[in-house]
Amino acid sequence: MPRVTFFEHDGTRHDVDATAGLSLMRAAVDHNVPGIDADCGGACACATCHVYLEPQWLAVTGERTEMEESMLSFAAVTQHNSRLACQIEVTDGLDGIQVHLPAGQH
Amino acid sequence: MNSLQQAARDEAFSMPLDQIDVSKPRLFQEDTIGHYFARLRRDDPVHWHENDFYGGFWSVTKYKDIMAVDTRHGVYSSDWSQGGISLFNAPMEDRLQMFISMDPPKHDEQRKSVSPIVAPANLASMESTIRQRTAKVLDELPRNEEFNWVQRVSTELTTQMLATLFDFPFEERRLLTWWSDVATSVPEVDHLVESQEARLAEMGKCLTYFTRLWNERVNAPGGNDLVSMLAHNPATRHMTPREFMGNLMLLIVGGNDTTRNSMTGGLLALSRNPDQWARLRADPSLIDKSMVPEVIRWQTPLPHMRRTALADAELNGKTIRKGDKVVMWYLSGNRDEEAIDNPEAFIIDRARPRQHLSFGFGIHRCVGNRLAELQLKILWEEILKRFAVIEVTGEPTRTLSNFVRGYSALPVRIPG
Repeated sequence: MPRVTFFEHDGTRHDVDATAGLSLMRAAVDHNVPGIDADCGGACACATCHVYLEPQWLAVTGERTEMEESMLSFAAVTQHNSRLACQIEVTDGLDGIQVHLPAGQH
Repeated sequence: MNSLQQAARDEAFSMPLDQIDVSKPRLFQEDTIGHYFARLRRDDPVHWHENDFYGGFWSVTKYKDIMAVDTRHGVYSSDWSQGGISLFNAPMEDRLQMFISMDPPKHDEQRKSVSPIVAPANLASMESTIRQRTAKVLDELPRNEEFNWVQRVSTELTTQMLATLFDFPFEERRLLTWWSDVATSVPEVDHLVESQEARLAEMGKCLTYFTRLWNERVNAPGGNDLVSMLAHNPATRHMTPREFMGNLMLLIVGGNDTTRNSMTGGLLALSRNPDQWARLRADPSLIDKSMVPEVIRWQTPLPHMRRTALADAELNGKTIRKGDKVVMWYLSGNRDEEAIDNPEAFIIDRARPRQHLSFGFGIHRCVGNRLAELQLKILWEEILKRFAVIEVTGEPTRTLSNFVRGYSALPVRIPG
């Protein structure tokens, strides 16, 4: 199982064994990592699973879609490494990925 | 089920499908609308109906179909030029030009000029003010006598919040409530004012008042209020008067009616579900964890949003034609048993309480959703600190509207 590490905004670390084929959002929610709200349940429709990726993982996780771009533009404090976790599928290639959470999801 | 509800249930499930008209404001005021939505979800989830007042429109009643419409803003337009976001097609010259009734890119630019007011850091800075005010309003409530919860608590708290967001003269804040009610009024239906002309005249007074605030602030430095934010942002600094008026109405109604009615709805829901109230008392941490979103789902303060198809599209087996009105009935989607377990029940510890449609989804999702949740959270935390019980002593008086699902009165009594 790919190992994913989430860091809450205050730095608290959560190491999670994620399930390949499910989203990064599900990896957080299913393991009770606080700070991911995921209001829409993974439909790219709410921007409440906003995360920051360590830059070296940006290429591996692929491009934002147009809808993801639109939704992210309404999230608070977006950066070049912002993604919606529901739009990233966990694969074996993501083993070791480090993901940081924003101060709030709105 | 009482006789009114039983009769509505019988009618909803026996009448010919093509006669079902879920836009009738009376059904919302009687709170019998749910039966008609239940029939449509079962038998005709994407439903065409025409009436004299609204013309023809599609009613979308299933959660997943509503989500599909809400997230396809390129096909289902919100733009005022197409008719905007509510069922009624106002004359072109009277249509409100506000960012909720705009498509990208203009929508995105204007929305971003105000969204920082509800950014996480700003919300955190508002929390202590909201808590102090909530405490004061609750401490001043009468004991052992009946009073109207809507007036003394829900309206008062949301009006105070709105005055803060606009940095509006505090003593005159009740004007905001009045303008909010006028903005969503359909005079032919609710008779709040006597005519459309009278309604527009009242809104003109609102524009005059806010233009004065704008002029005071446009060249003043700083200002974290909504008027200053609109005045200082390049995307909104040169709005036309109609766009200024439109966005004011959006922010006034969006920050007022909705939370007001969830504040009342939460009390009504708990009073009708004493087991849930007992559970809440046993574990007040449920307020923040899961009760607040459940209140917002249960109430669904805005029952619908409307779109207009920009192209032919397929939706759950029906062909939507270019130009058709498409109405997403959030209230129905929030009672869809295929999306939500036991959806008619009020359950304060649902596993995924935020998966409801009350805020909409997609690019028009409510910009103030976390502020609304914060206000409700603080209200219930402060209530639990003070009152062992709040008795609801009579039936609520509901709003005659298919766009605002709310209350003008809820009689209550606090013993002690």
